[in-house]
Formats: sequence, C-alpha cells, structure tokens
Amino acid sequence: MEDTLLIDAAERYIKGEMSPEEMTYFEEIRKNNAELDQSVVEHIFFLNELEKFSEGKKFRHQLHETAAKLSDEGLISKSKIEGKAKLVYFWNRYKRTVAVAASIAGLVSILSASIISSLSSNKESNIQPLVKQINEQDAKYRKLEKQIGQIKSATIETDAAAAKQRVESKFQATGFLIDVTNNYIVTNAHVLKEARNKLIIENNKGEQFLTQSVYVNTENDLAILKVIDADFKKLPPLPFSIKKSNADLGEQVFMLGFPKEEIVYGEGYISAQNGYKMDTIYCQLNTSANEGNSGSPVINKQGELVGVISSKESNAQGVVFAIKTSHIFRAIEEVKKQPGNNLIKVNSKPTLKGNDRVSQIKKLQDYVFMIKGN
Amino acid sequence: MHAQVNRSASDIALLEGLARNEKDAIEKIYRDHYHMILHMIMINNGNPDDAADVFQEGMIVLFEKSKSKDFELNCQLKTYLYSVCRRLWLKKLNQQQRFGRQTDDLEQIAPVEEDIEVHEKRQQEFNIMENALQKIGEPCKSLLEAYYLQKKHMQQIAEEFSYTNADNAKTQKYKCLVRLKKLFFAQYKNTP
Repeated sequence: MEDTLLIDAAERYIKGEMSPEEMTYFEEIRKNNAELDQSVVEHIFFLNELEKFSEGKKFRHQLHETAAKLSDEGLISKSKIEGKAKLVYFWNRYKRTVAVAASIAGLVSILSASIISSLSSNKESNIQPLVKQINEQDAKYRKLEKQIGQIKSATIETDAAAAKQRVESKFQATGFLIDVTNNYIVTNAHVLKEARNKLIIENNKGEQFLTQSVYVNTENDLAILKVIDADFKKLPPLPFSIKKSNADLGEQVFMLGFPKEEIVYGEGYISAQNGYKMDTIYCQLNTSANEGNSGSPVINKQGELVGVISSKESNAQGVVFAIKTSHIFRAIEEVKKQPGNNLIKVNSKPTLKGNDRVSQIKKLQDYVFMIKGN
Repeated sequence: MHAQVNRSASDIALLEGLARNEKDAIEKIYRDHYHMILHMIMINNGNPDDAADVFQEGMIVLFEKSKSKDFELNCQLKTYLYSVCRRLWLKKLNQQQRFGRQTDDLEQIAPVEEDIEVHEKRQQEFNIMENALQKIGEPCKSLLEAYYLQKKHMQQIAEEFSYTNADNAKTQKYKCLVRLKKLFFAQYKNTP
C-alpha cells in the first residue's frame, strides 16, 4: 500500500468512515503485515496527538479570550507593563519590604547570574545568605541598587559584565568536555532553559565558542552540547575517565566550576547515594556550591568523573546533588542514535591518578567551560 | 495518587462545560476562583502577572483532567484548582532560583503531583507539535491547520488555497502531513 493510501485508510479508520467490509479487509491486511500494522499504529498515534493538539490549542485560545475580557473588566489585574518597565515596577514594589531580597535574588538570577556572582564574590553564599547581605550590608545594598539602575537604563540583558562579552549572556553555568575529537560538552538541562538564541562556551581565557545542544533531558537534567565553532582548538585526550559504577559513600571529591567569571575549585565528599527525596538519578554531596556551579564535573581522588553538579537543597547548608555518571553514558547512547552525531565517543587517557591536587587541577581546567547564552 | 472531586452537581456541570470548551464555564471558574489564586501568589512572592499565568496553566490542567477517561474528582473543584496552582507556583519559584530544589514548605491539600506530571508531558507534546507546525512553513501550516484544527472540508480548503480541485488539495495535504509527522517524531523520540 502506498503511503498516501495508508494515511487515508488510517484516517477513515479512526473516524469510523469505513464500511464494514472495508474495515474487515483493512484489519486483515494489518494482521498479516506487521510492518504495515506498525505504520498504521504510528499514524493513528500521530493523528491522536494532532487531535489533542487541536483541542488544546482551541482551549488555550478560549482561555486567552476569556482572560482578556475579564482583564478589561478589571477582575484580572495585570501590570500590563513589559520589559524594563516591569523591572522598575518590581523594584518599586518591593523596595521597602523585607521580602525584597528574595525577589531581587530571583529577579537578578533571571537577568544575570553575574550580578549575583559579583555580590557573592567574597563570601560563601546561597540564596539565603544573599538575603541577609542585602539587608545588613549597606554597601552591598547600594551596589545592587546601582546595578538595578544600570539595568533600568539599559536593555534587560545588559549589565556591566555582560556588556563586555561578545555574546550578552542571560545566564552562566558550567560544562565540561567529554569528547575531544568531536567536541561534545556535558552540562545540565536546566541551564539551557533561557538559551533562546545563542549558546556559547567560554574558557578560562575569556574566549567564546559557539555551540548547539544535541541532547536535552529534563528528567535527569542532563544536556549535551556540540561545539560548532571552527575556531575551537582541539584538546588532547581527557585527563579523566568516567566512572561506570556509583561513587562510594564517603569518597572525597572535588569540582571545578564557574560561579564567577573565573574558574573556582571546591571540595567535598559523597554524603549519600541518592538525591533529594531518595531520587535515584542523583547522589548527594557535602560541599558548597553556588549559582553557576550547575554542570560542574565532580571528580574523585583517582581522577574519575563521578557526577555532575545539578542542584542544592536551599533549606539545608552544604547539601548538593549531583547526577550519577550512569546517566551520562545513557545520554551518549541516545546522542549516538542521531544522524550526524553518531561519532560521539568518550576518549580519555586518564593521567590524574597519583598526582597531587594542584597538578590535577592544572590538567583539568582546560576541559571545563563556562556555559553562557541568551 | 489521583485527586478526585466530590460529586457536587455544579462542579460537575462546570467540568463538563470545560471539556466541551465552553466559554461560560471558563468564565465562571475565573469569576469564582481567580481571587483565591491571586491572593495565594501575592503572599508568596508573586505579582499579578504571575497569578494570571499560573491560573491559566491551572485551567489547562483542569481542562486536561476533565478530558481524561478516568476523570473523577473527590475533592471540590476549588480545592483541586488551588492545589494545582499552588504546586505550579512552587515549581516556578524553584525554577527562578534556577539552582536547587527547595523542600515543600507550603503544604498541599489535594494530591495533584501525578496530574501535574501528566500535564507537563502533555505540554511537552503540545510544544513539539507546535514547533513542528512552525517548521514546515507555508502553505503547509495553514493547510493542515485548516483541515485538522478548524476541521474545514477539503472542497472549502481547495477554494481558499486556490487549488484546482479537492483532490489536488488532498494530495498537497498528504505531503504536508508526512513532513509534519517526520518533524514531530524526530523531536518526540528524542524526548524522554
């Protein structure tokens, strides 16, 4: 059966437009031809998806209309101001309240992680201490105010730090190379949420390279990027290997990441085999991690990668969650299936074992990048 | 766990109306419950815009729920909507922090976690389809929308798109559909 005929038949079949004889015939050939049956099943699934989409679209349309109507009536109050005006609105609204700090932190993290990093550059911080600093330390408060002022006068994405960049970044996180032949980078899926246009990596020297994402899995929070910039120089094989089994409880680990504009080293240990609420995708570390650390590699003494930093518990100090490496292998398998990306391969030549920490870091740092984008 | 709603006659009528995409039902739910959600969000670091967004998403969850086969609610519609919106708002707050998941300090009333997961999956599929439709370009997009979304007849479509006859329009529609399907599955199979 030709494709168009098949589509036509499948459509009439689910709409119940077939005559009984035709239906018997159609079911008969499906039974005898597994391949054909498979494409019918697939097509029916697709048509159902299309139908669901159509219903959803209509409902959303109706919903928007109703909301617009009620908004005119004044039942729904929208601030109706977009862009930078919204910022001013937020700012004025929260200026005097204590709750400010939290919303500024949120606001700031949306706008630019670099403000946060400049605020927290000399103090260990997470969201909570940041709140305290703003209230207690007038100087820092003023600094923030100044920066908000800059944002007010400039466009949303722009701030002092980002203005210098060739790509004005809306966020900052960490990623690291896993394939030096074809240049694939691992980071967190949540990092990419705000990357709508450009996605770049930046090395410790401030050089930026264009990348594109080839894999994004929000379930295990992993993403794989491919460097597509011709200027990117190939690096020697990875100095670390990726551990196949789970990290051991109590194992000492360290990580390299970009919570600020330069690479930052951190230490800790594996404190639990599972993540938040026993989530088996993650293991738990005891260490400190800040905004921007998302996607940082977690390495053990032997120079093996044992995890990727993803999140932390904001209610507890020093509880950080890292994605287990088994998920990296799975992600690589998925990427391999894609045409054009089938060559992805972890090519490592572990040389970290037995080295002291300082030389381990020296070897490693070229493989860790800032992830930026807009 | 599935949350279920009590068989309050008015709630059931509203949900049935919602499933049929009736304007009045949507409006009634807005009028009855919008302020409750607005209040909840305002006291939890939100602003009116957030409330408008969250309420809309909550309505979509409710719509999907009303459409589902095993649809049943054994708490009030009000409680259900409140729980869904509260959960959605918490998720949003967490996302805005970007780093980290906070523990649930605001308690939930009805167990809606599973419904929200279903909704997120649906939303993902919705986005994939929307992207695929964007990518196929014109006239394919309009042609397919006319047939599958607006449910227009082939004859009418042929006239609107100036095809010589309905058969020509149909052939064109097939071609477009095959392309859309390819684009859809290319994305769909790559998402978990």
